[in-house]
Amino acid sequence: METRDDLMAIGKIAATDTAIADAGRPPAHPYVRLSGVSKSFSGVTVLRDIDIDFMPGEIHGLIGENGAGKSTVGKIVGGYYSRTTGEIEAFGERVGHWEPPLALASGIAMMHQELQLVPELSVAENVFLGIEHSRAGLLARNEEDRHRAVAAFAGFDLDPSAPAGSLSIADQQKVEIMRALAREAKVIVMDEPTSSLTADEAERLHEVMRRLKERGCTIIYVSHFLDHVLDVCDTITVMRDGAVIRTAAAADETKESLVAAMIGRANAEVTYPDRPPMPARTGTPRLRVRGLTTETGLHDISFDLYPGEILGLVGLVGSGRTEIARAIFGADSAISGEVLLDGDSYAQRSPHESIRRGLAMVPEDRRKEGLVLTQPVRPNMTLPYLASFAKYGLVESGRERSSVRRSIDYLGVLPARIDGEVANLSGGNQQKVVLGKWIMRDPKLVILDEPSRGVDIGARRRIHEFVGETARRGAAVLVISSEIEEVMGLAHRACMVSEGRMIGEFDPAETNVDAVLWQLFQAQGKQDEAKREI
Amino acid sequence: MSGNAAAMKERSGLGAASVARLFQSYAVAIMILVLIVLLSFLSDSFLTVRNLVNILNQNTPLAIMAAAMTLVIISGGFDLSVAAIFAVGSVVAATLALHVHPLAGLLAAPLVGMALGFINGITITALRIHSFLATLATGLVYRGIAILITGGTLVPVRIDAFTWLGRERIGPIYIAVIVLIVFAILLTILLNRSTLGRKILAVGGNEEAAILSGIRTRRIKIIAFSINGLAAGLAAAIATSRISMGQATAGMGMELEAIAAVIIGGTSIYGGQGAIWRSIAGVMMLALVSNGFNILNADPFYKDLATGLIIVAAVAISASGRRR
Repeated sequence: METRDDLMAIGKIAATDTAIADAGRPPAHPYVRLSGVSKSFSGVTVLRDIDIDFMPGEIHGLIGENGAGKSTVGKIVGGYYSRTTGEIEAFGERVGHWEPPLALASGIAMMHQELQLVPELSVAENVFLGIEHSRAGLLARNEEDRHRAVAAFAGFDLDPSAPAGSLSIADQQKVEIMRALAREAKVIVMDEPTSSLTADEAERLHEVMRRLKERGCTIIYVSHFLDHVLDVCDTITVMRDGAVIRTAAAADETKESLVAAMIGRANAEVTYPDRPPMPARTGTPRLRVRGLTTETGLHDISFDLYPGEILGLVGLVGSGRTEIARAIFGADSAISGEVLLDGDSYAQRSPHESIRRGLAMVPEDRRKEGLVLTQPVRPNMTLPYLASFAKYGLVESGRERSSVRRSIDYLGVLPARIDGEVANLSGGNQQKVVLGKWIMRDPKLVILDEPSRGVDIGARRRIHEFVGETARRGAAVLVISSEIEEVMGLAHRACMVSEGRMIGEFDPAETNVDAVLWQLFQAQGKQDEAKREI
Repeated sequence: MSGNAAAMKERSGLGAASVARLFQSYAVAIMILVLIVLLSFLSDSFLTVRNLVNILNQNTPLAIMAAAMTLVIISGGFDLSVAAIFAVGSVVAATLALHVHPLAGLLAAPLVGMALGFINGITITALRIHSFLATLATGLVYRGIAILITGGTLVPVRIDAFTWLGRERIGPIYIAVIVLIVFAILLTILLNRSTLGRKILAVGGNEEAAILSGIRTRRIKIIAFSINGLAAGLAAAIATSRISMGQATAGMGMELEAIAAVIIGGTSIYGGQGAIWRSIAGVMMLALVSNGFNILNADPFYKDLATGLIIVAAVAISASGRRR
């Protein structure tokens, strides 16, 4: 039976590797070795002279600010990018032309930040996609057995017949991991795997990573979450500006030492800028939401937000945080409930009308919702207020340029080119362009959804300063983040959202992340129970 | 941190990669030059002012349609109904010229075209169906209307006050060519300088981002399709005036030629990127191939074959730019 072959094949990887370890030979040969690898995109060098050894059975972290080149290294190992110069050795053999199928055939799999599953197919079908067993061209009906073998090896418990699209992101990642294992991968590159996971899910993923390591797999862990990397990695390589700064044992690093190496200066603490003073919450609120209920799953959302105030929204993934922002901004329609701006009812909401009324929204996903990647910086930045740069319908480019120039300087977009391609900017600088869209006019209410997701430390700091500056100018600010710490560091006050409902409010000065998380999980647990009873 | 990287990026000059990109960006212009050089070696009658002026003049209706189709494709759509709009424009122009006034006919064609384009836009945005399907259907309807208007017969209009647009010239230049140049310049200004052009580029580049930036994307699409309809009507006025004949079967296949010209020119078929001059260059490219076969007396069968290969090459060149 093929099933047994699969089991044996998988077992073999583990067996040989432990054998190597047990024999106590001189340091094993690296699974993957990069020597002198460089990479340029259309003349721009993004990696310079990279030397890294990825040893058997280790979890090897790649960290660095956005644009440092850590993802690029992962993609070169996985064959998704070709190197411009340098050598790659895989399992002791030099490789020439390198592309994903070749990498996979030699035992290197890549798990992308954006998962690449076929949502309509089942878990098992996804796992064995492209390596189905067949008899005379017909699919063999042993998928579930094979699936069980792989699942047992990884220690997962997923329904093999569930459609992959119906799973949570965390479970979809498990499918990706099983897909790698089913192809007998010995090296798995994980590109920012925890970026859309809750803290709890990330911890569970780390357990999986440790288990894979015990079975002899090497994991290349690209991440910008320093805590995660410190927690799970054996070895950490720090990158900056396309070069390796150092590779060292994780035990020898601290969060501070990593940050210092990443940004190239010591004593850079992870802190938040001073909060503007909390305004008096009297008079007419800038934004009043009453009983907002939507088809996107919000129930009876009510809160007030005053000028100069920074309100945070926290909740687990899927809690409805983003939906609140979208409903207020008019991107989603509401079933019932009321939104008032400065006391005036704002009923027929649409993004167009919201912008006219002085609202601004930095959406959750900058590449899908924030930017037109086919266009340069300038038209992106002036898009929401284009009419104010135009006369008789024609854009006055002089006025537009100087305004974009000011925004670029104010936010510190690098490279500081008004007509540079947005698609070529790093994540942090792309996010600054998205912020820049909203500062040409002074908005009255600024909604920021995951403002610093996937951006480097420098950009993150600048974005956080921007939040304070905006509130000081008298705007009301609504900050949504999956990082509770971020909300704690920025907001005057925060609301907890769970399953589309507001479940409470807290003062960041009087509580801590653990307590908030505990409450969120409690609330979710209760709601799950309530559902079961129904 | 990224100060260094940024400075590095700023400094990096023209590398081999940039040259490749430049070549890719101007592939259509380079191919036209190569064709012109090639054809002038192969035939003495090719590189004459008369031949070149004739090629341009003959292709003004298609060039006008391709120029406007660029807007639709940049906005992320397709319009398969332009050939049928062209036919409606043709019979309306001829019928009104006979029964009302020659000028009324010439003016009515673009206006009727714009109205039909507007209906396309409304159909696409209100019913939320893909423009490809919507215009496939409306195209059939419009062609039917053209046949109903004429009852299937030809409508000859031998009036000088009607045929001047397609036949006369001012000095050495055909009026039709002047119309094309003015139209192309207007569309270029619209695309590159106007707020509408910016919005068309944004809608095609990322519709969701455009919506969240306050752009009323439906309105933008309706305008793009209306302009496209107007262009088809204008092209019909010129063509009908030139052959002094309105016919319901006019323009068959022109929608695909127009789309092919846009793509050969290098405008992205995925929307969000492109230029008007490219599409006119695309028309010239197709015309030169066709002309080359004529003056070389080659088997016309190979013309379609060559055209098809050129389209494949153009798409391959533009696709190579998206790969990383």
